Amino acid sequence: MTGNEALAEGAVRAGCRFYSGYPITPQNEVPAYMAKRMSECGGTFIQAESELAAINMVLGAAAAGARAMTSSSSPGISLKQEGISYLAGCQLPAVIANVQRGGPGLGSIDPAQGDYFQATKGGGHGDYHTIVLAPMSVQEMHDFTINAFRLADKHRIPVTILADGRLGQMMEPVYLHRGPPPPPPPKPWTLTGARNRRPNWIRSLLVNEGELEKHNYKLQKCYHEIARRETRCEEMHAASCDLLVAAWGTCARIAKGAVLAARARGWKVGFYRPITLWPFPAKRLATLARQVKGILTVEMNCGQMLEDVRLAAGGEAQIFFSGYPGGKVPSESEILKTIYKNTRRLSKIRTRRPE
Amino acid sequence: MAKKQKIYGRPEALSSSVMHYCAGCGHSLVHKLLAEVMDELHIRDKTIGVAPVGCAVFAYYYLKCDISEAPHGRTPAVATGLKRVRPGRIIFSYQGDGDLAAIGMCETIHTANRGENITVIFINNTVYGMTGGQMAPTTLVKQQTPTCPAGRETATMGGPIRVCELLNTLDRPFYIERTALDGIHGILKTKKALLTAFKAQMDEKGYSFVEILSPCPTYFRLSPEDSLKFVKNELSRHFPVRVFRKEGVVIND
Ligand code: SF4
Repeated sequence: MTGNEALAEGAVRAGCRFYSGYPITPQNEVPAYMAKRMSECGGTFIQAESELAAINMVLGAAAAGARAMTSSSSPGISLKQEGISYLAGCQLPAVIANVQRGGPGLGSIDPAQGDYFQATKGGGHGDYHTIVLAPMSVQEMHDFTINAFRLADKHRIPVTILADGRLGQMMEPVYLHRGPPPPPPPKPWTLTGARNRRPNWIRSLLVNEGELEKHNYKLQKCYHEIARRETRCEEMHAASCDLLVAAWGTCARIAKGAVLAARARGWKVGFYRPITLWPFPAKRLATLARQVKGILTVEMNCGQMLEDVRLAAGGEAQIFFSGYPGGKVPSESEILKTIYKNTRRLSKIRTRRPE
Repeated sequence: MAKKQKIYGRPEALSSSVMHYCAGCGHSLVHKLLAEVMDELHIRDKTIGVAPVGCAVFAYYYLKCDISEAPHGRTPAVATGLKRVRPGRIIFSYQGDGDLAAIGMCETIHTANRGENITVIFINNTVYGMTGGQMAPTTLVKQQTPTCPAGRETATMGGPIRVCELLNTLDRPFYIERTALDGIHGILKTKKALLTAFKAQMDEKGYSFVEILSPCPTYFRLSPEDSLKFVKNELSRHFPVRVFRKEGVVIND
């Protein structure tokens, strides 16, 4: 199945019973798949009149207690940012899939990774985060979506799946999740009608003095807790290399192949890949930065995760960057060349240094 | 002495909080009517409201039912999500004219067009109250506001949008009525319209829409009393008070 379909099927198997979306390439298979599957499993599918309507239908559905999802691609996600900020402010669990394309503006319909900043630094207004998961295979499109619903419910937070057009469109065999969906925690805050209890409110408007500050500290506490417990990364030969290649999503998958090819040539290269882009696995990277000589970041943008890599490395290693901002997916041999170039740069530095 | 009998009091569904609305504002009146309707239909504990951005943003302080907020104009989308997940509950969206007819026009039309089984209460007072009385899509021609200080003129600003008439061009709405809070008669008619709208939803008939011409003394810059006259004489003239659609059938005037 395609990545988009695997993601949609993951949502269904995670217990998602409400989907609203609006067409945009390259994620159109998600709404098409959900239109069919929601009717099969008694859920709701709505083709909304706009991205704004789609995300706010999700807000209503989440407030009513459903597992709800929307999906879009970069320009559409920009429109959804208003609703995402409200979801975060109202502490509503929901899943938002961004199958990225080129930008800014209309950009292109080719795969890109230009929405890293938008996804990890808030995107909408206010002091908030969403958990951001970055799959790199069709299998992960499926598995991460299931996990996204679990995390959303557990922490009452919107979760973003940050994929791209390549992952959405490519086909691979998938092991589909079997068994019941992750059980949702009790949700006493949902709007169900105030029978035998005081009315529930879903709101983010807190105008009385001190109230908003308290609320924001509460959100931050939740974010710290998530950072402590849910941060994930993948690594390979990371602790035994001179040059660490850091990449995420589609780029990580190709970089991983390039690193393997480099190791086969005897180069001391390792691989590091954040699975959660937010919370960014900075602690681990900081440790690695002290062990390696250089870190090469490869992204399909002009250097967005690069900033988090720099921050985590804290000046402990040389940082190199290779970017592809034009909607082009780099090939393994291109990345291999870059690795070669940078390992040579590293060895020059070493030879010049006095012992 | 004859035994005392209570014939009128605060509706159950209305909280005892002191409302923040200006003196003579239509919102407080509509809230009370809404609470009475919930009481009479015994639906308070299965009603979920969606409050707008604007003067009525604190509706949850006053109405004793579950309430969600929504971003400006997106109220019908939030209501749609709520209704689809909880089809057995009574969902209403409560909106002002900036919220409903400007920023939220798209959601308004499409929700009506889908025939969502919800009730939309539209408070039309021709201005944005909360932000300082700016021009709304419903501001009358020649009416002065901070953003049309010389009065609204149609050449560059267009004319007041008649929402009931617009929605009445669609196939799916079940009930559309415009009323005016212009005196006792208008208030009673408004309550009747709200009752009809909620009953339609309870019977799963589909989308019901009640537009209420309402005074905003603060930004009409009139006394509460003169505001009522303004609603009666000016507003009702531009926005005819009547039933537009009943039982899904267009009513010709
Ligand atoms: S500004 Fe107008 S609409 Fe708002 S509370 Fe005051 S009178 Fe009512």
